[in-house]
Amino acid sequence: MVHLALLAATTTFGTPIGKGLVYGLAAIGPGIGIGFLVGKSVEAMARQPEAAGMVRTTMFLGIAFVEALALFGFVLSFIIS
Amino acid sequence: MLGLILGEISKPPEGFKPPGVEIFDYTKSCLVGSGSYCMTKISLLMILSCVIIGVLFVIAFSKPKLVPRGLQNAVEALIDLIRESIVMEVMGPDGLPFLPFLTSLFVFIWINNLFGILPFAQIPTTSRMAIPAMLAIMVWFVFNIVGIKKQGGGHYLKGVLFPPGVPTAIYLLVTPIEFVSVFIVRPLTLAVRLAANMIAGHLILTIFFLGTWYLQWKLVTIPFAAASFALGVFITGFEVLVGVLQAYIFTILTAVYISGAIHPEH
Repeated sequence: MVHLALLAATTTFGTPIGKGLVYGLAAIGPGIGIGFLVGKSVEAMARQPEAAGMVRTTMFLGIAFVEALALFGFVLSFIIS
Repeated sequence: MLGLILGEISKPPEGFKPPGVEIFDYTKSCLVGSGSYCMTKISLLMILSCVIIGVLFVIAFSKPKLVPRGLQNAVEALIDLIRESIVMEVMGPDGLPFLPFLTSLFVFIWINNLFGILPFAQIPTTSRMAIPAMLAIMVWFVFNIVGIKKQGGGHYLKGVLFPPGVPTAIYLLVTPIEFVSVFIVRPLTLAVRLAANMIAGHLILTIFFLGTWYLQWKLVTIPFAAASFALGVFITGFEVLVGVLQAYIFTILTAVYISGAIHPEH
């Protein structure tokens, strides 16, 4: 599947499909990552509500780091043309 | 509906052209001046945001009362939020001198994000890369200078590039990674995160409302126009949330970087 995606990305470079693929592929990992992150944070907050403030701050930090990867893909899809 | 009424006056468009990055380019419509010294809508809005913030804070604290009411109460609640949930949470009492800096950073980014959904402004000024980039460069200088001042230049660099508790051979791998991540990736992600979020939000809003306009010319496509409009309104509400969240994340990351410079790892 990865080979297929790579092939698609190289053969469609510069076309609108290629741009879409750049963002789409960049969003897979961060999507899974943010899902894990928020899910675990909610679990932690539900188990220990008194630590909710600390968990929330750390969660936002983690989201910010993970999200940056997806945003690089988003910006890159504009840069290639 | 609108199309049926205005059908005679203005003709429906021929082909749909989705909006691209060119909607962020205001350099062709100068308000004052020309060329490189042109004052665009973006610069006007940014100056306006500074005026709004200044007036807001001066009015709120011109006659401070012990028991705050009205505007003073609201602004104090905002400062208290930043003090409790950012400074005390991330930096501890050592970070309190940075409260004014973080507060102005937060309010500036928030107001500039909110311009994206404000009628007549309609463009988040932070979606132009120059503004987040300047803010990120400022933050870069602040945390580096604070680190050098608090720990001394050599000690600060040693703490960043050679984190303690790592086997000596691994430094060959760790030091370049730390150098790139602290001095290059940090300001880059800070600026790109804010700008890309605002660009994406503005593009989505434009696409939905342009779609509404494009689809309302024929009776068959009016339901799609209505759906597009409803989604556009929903995204507008979402943008309020994103504006606050991005300002919060920018501020909290700044606090984390400054905190890392104040408290060396040991």
